[in-house]
Amino acid sequence: MGDYYFRTSDLSVGYNGKALIHDIEINVRAGEILTLIGPNGSGKSTILKSITKHLAVIKGDSFIADASVNAMTYKELSRRLAVVLTERIKGELLTCWDVVATGRYPYTNTLGLLGPEDKEKVRAAMERVHAAELAERDFSAISDGQRQRVLLARAICQEPEIIVLDEPTSFLDIRHKLQLLSILRSMAKEKGITVIMSLHEIDLAQKISDKIMCVSGETISNFGTPEEIFREEIINELYGISEGSFNIAFGSVELPPPAGEPNTFVISGCGSGISVFRRLQKEDTPFYAGIIFENDVDYQVAKALAAEVVTEKPFERISDAAFGRALELIKKCRRVIYAGVPLGTGNRRIADLVETAHELGTLEDLSGETETV
Amino acid sequence: MSSPKHEKGLARVRYTAVFICLAAAFAVLTVWNINTGSVHISVGRIARIIFLRAGDETEIGIVWKLRLPRIIAAAVLGGGLALSGFLMQTFFGNPIAGPFVLGISSGSKLFVAIVMIVVLRFVNYVTSWMMVVAAFAGALIAMGFVLLAARSIKQMSMLLVAGIMISYICSAITEFLITFAKDSDIVNLHGWSQGRFSGTTWADVRFFVIVILVCFALVFLMSKPIGAYQMGESYAQSMGVNVRRFRVILILMSSLIAGCVTAFAGPISFVGIAVPHLIKMLLKSAKPILVIPASFLGGGVFCLLCDYIARTAFAPVELSISTVTALFGAPVVIAMLIRRHGQKS
Repeated sequence: MGDYYFRTSDLSVGYNGKALIHDIEINVRAGEILTLIGPNGSGKSTILKSITKHLAVIKGDSFIADASVNAMTYKELSRRLAVVLTERIKGELLTCWDVVATGRYPYTNTLGLLGPEDKEKVRAAMERVHAAELAERDFSAISDGQRQRVLLARAICQEPEIIVLDEPTSFLDIRHKLQLLSILRSMAKEKGITVIMSLHEIDLAQKISDKIMCVSGETISNFGTPEEIFREEIINELYGISEGSFNIAFGSVELPPPAGEPNTFVISGCGSGISVFRRLQKEDTPFYAGIIFENDVDYQVAKALAAEVVTEKPFERISDAAFGRALELIKKCRRVIYAGVPLGTGNRRIADLVETAHELGTLEDLSGETETV
Repeated sequence: MSSPKHEKGLARVRYTAVFICLAAAFAVLTVWNINTGSVHISVGRIARIIFLRAGDETEIGIVWKLRLPRIIAAAVLGGGLALSGFLMQTFFGNPIAGPFVLGISSGSKLFVAIVMIVVLRFVNYVTSWMMVVAAFAGALIAMGFVLLAARSIKQMSMLLVAGIMISYICSAITEFLITFAKDSDIVNLHGWSQGRFSGTTWADVRFFVIVILVCFALVFLMSKPIGAYQMGESYAQSMGVNVRRFRVILILMSSLIAGCVTAFAGPISFVGIAVPHLIKMLLKSAKPILVIPASFLGGGVFCLLCDYIARTAFAPVELSISTVTALFGAPVVIAMLIRRHGQKS
């Protein structure tokens, strides 16, 4: 077990002596990022609070470099572990500098006065999170994004070996989310600081984490690398997604396809169909899509939104089977939308489909308006 | 835009200025208090009386027996009140918490009344020790009820309502005792419950100066964890503070100070709320390492001023100290609430 920098053994956590989540086994190496994902109320915060000693553990223990967290005093722990909590910082008349400087608390003397070295560390931490210009600003009057960065600077200048963050990206816009996570990433890799956090944005969790833990109520349903965890069935089950879907490759979410018997067919390829699919979905019009190669970007969206996708294998000519199925559906539909697609030797037969629709008088040609990728 | 360094320099100048002004006000008010009254004594003669103990016998008596103990009482007990107010505001994270508002003073009053009325029937002599112990016990019990209420009530306004109710209950029981008390006891109690710095003896002074100054020193040494606690319990804990132990110490200290002050000066309103708030506004900082000594000094200054007014405004009639502190303190509280509310909207 000496391999792992932070681990828990047989940990049970909960409130008022009652265990809510059992058998938590976390193993993280130094400098790794572990992200807890799971639906609201699944107990991510409860686990984090137990690791940080804010909540008494019910059973088991955590270990930082083989030192028991249960046995540590708060003071010892504060030199090894720093936190960024969801709880608001109280206190009045505090500048951002003051807030960051509280990170030096475990290292200052009885009266808590900062030495020159402490001040230098506060300054460096603020610079590290691009918050140097906020130093003299009133902490209660800055934006959410700035606040999270200041709190992170505070955690950094505590010089911890582990930083625990509870939903650090909530309320941040996309730019600040990315900024915060990339700071965490570089800090973990450069300084070897271990990061344990919870995130709601599973797409970001997939991209930033070395380890993922799925928290789903009573137990930990999965623990592993993002490659092991991010499978459609695991994610759909974890979050109980029955309506809509989660796209593993892009980490994006889609609403459920419109219900009903379709009488619209979309012919597209190379990205031209995406905007059409989305528009139909918003209009609540069920539709078929085809003929799309399985390596086409349109395929990823069509798969989620279309009632049926007529597909062909990558780099093959369109087969009779696929062509026949597409023709059959087109003849059934009252409306055929052609979104345009570059024609090559592999997909010449698309032209035949368009021609058929034209003859049937059901063709709606958008090829001049849409763009391919 | 000025550079951060420049602003930090400004802050330091501000802190120094505040402390110098407070010290100057303290000195001026002290002298003023000594030489005004029904007998006017000039500054030169006062210096001789205090430092050389030389001069007119009556004047020596007035200065040493009446005015000096009274001034020390106003300065030290006033400082103590402000200090305990600051501690309670920190503990509850509530800007208008204080010994008077939370019913702590009324708790003390009840117990002091019990001692004065009930105990005096069995023994014929009440020492300052007994008064302090009774006041402290009363303060702790009232604080216990407030804490019980605070456990289930998270809302700030409801906590204050709970405090006010506790205060009413204590007052009701006190009134009940008074109804069945001897007239001579009531006179004592009535004078005491109005709040006053007069009638302080040197034995009293010795006692409360030691208690309050020791508490002040301990609280000052706690300014680091208090600063951490101001940010919220969870953050304080993550900085290495043993929050559970710290909370107990904080509440004991504030009750001890409030109890001690109440035992000697009676329940005095608004000093505990108004002074720490004024000090924070002057300093533009809530850092305990500054606010604790400044509040202590400021509480002294505030009470010296109020006592001066109480003594001289309608001389020879003396006002009770609470009349004056409320008159000056309550507007500060109102202003503070308006400001806070304005900031949020």
